[in-house]
Amino acid sequence: MDSDEAVALLGDPVRRELYRFVVGLGRPVGRAEAAEAAGVARGLAAFHLDKLVDAGLLTAEFRRLGERTGPGSGRPAKVYRRAPAEHLVSLPPRDYRTVALILAEVVDLLGGDELAEEAARRAGRKLAAADPDASPREILARQGYEPYEEDGVLRLRNCPFHVLAEEHPLLVCSMNLSLCQGLLGGGAIAELDPRPGECCVVVAKKDRL
Amino acid sequence: MHLAQLNVAHLLAPLDTPQLADFVALLEPVNTLSDAAPGFVWRLKGGDDPTDTVRHDYGDDLVINFSVWESRETLWNFVYRSRHLAVLQRRREWFQRIAEPYSVMWWVPEGELPDLAEGMARLARLRAGGPGPEAFTFKEFHDFQEPVISA
Repeated sequence: MDSDEAVALLGDPVRRELYRFVVGLGRPVGRAEAAEAAGVARGLAAFHLDKLVDAGLLTAEFRRLGERTGPGSGRPAKVYRRAPAEHLVSLPPRDYRTVALILAEVVDLLGGDELAEEAARRAGRKLAAADPDASPREILARQGYEPYEEDGVLRLRNCPFHVLAEEHPLLVCSMNLSLCQGLLGGGAIAELDPRPGECCVVVAKKDRL
Repeated sequence: MHLAQLNVAHLLAPLDTPQLADFVALLEPVNTLSDAAPGFVWRLKGGDDPTDTVRHDYGDDLVINFSVWESRETLWNFVYRSRHLAVLQRRREWFQRIAEPYSVMWWVPEGELPDLAEGMARLARLRAGGPGPEAFTFKEFHDFQEPVISA
């Protein structure tokens, strides 16, 4: 399925609600839980969730929910999580990714990472200036980081620069840290604390998140 | 097969100077982190003290890291997806910028520990001839291929 067809599936409001719920939790989600969150019957939720799997937007697996094991614990439940594939839709077609990969390689070759970090910090400040009243959490959410709170810090579930960070991790993660510091200004402290599968930055509270 | 990685860095100042104090202070936490990381197999130690750096004959300004991991993914997750990244990000404060490759990887049979001279030879090979199955990098990675036995 093409990306534009996959994305078009999210035009259905129930499906979109289910997709957002699953993605927002960042862990495998069962049908009943998703149905309840979207306010629809379990059968309807299952139908839409499986459509999203067919489109490559979610992946499904079977696992036991709850504590009980052995006889009487029931069949494994079907659970859903976000698919790792990226879908880009641009009309008319644009390809910023290829240019970004080329430029990142050039920065590496020139040893220009410090200049890149400074530029990223300026870009962050500029983006933040557009909405000076937003909280750190709102700013990061708007930039696609999918922030969530854990142990008093904001962790970022999504790396908006994933493909680039896989290719040039040190450069792109350093730029990303600077970008976040620019975005947050003096209101919060951004530092590197990466985990597999997430963004490399965490944000510690200064006052409010 | 397991994945061996050697990396070298040229110090900007001796290890006992104030300029390198932060780096030296980070040796113990970073070594603790690596030794507990999923997929960690072995690393060459300079001594019993967690801050001992690898002893070698390649020049006093050279700091060497030499380790073995279960897979590309486990090594990647330690290098780039753990607290180690924040240390790596500060490398310019402590080490010279070098244009040639400073890190090399190769496959070793499970249970065998590679030696440092072999690692340095592989790094030289990477620098001279570019990446290949015997000496490669994250960017130009070579999966292990079973050798084809011809009759």
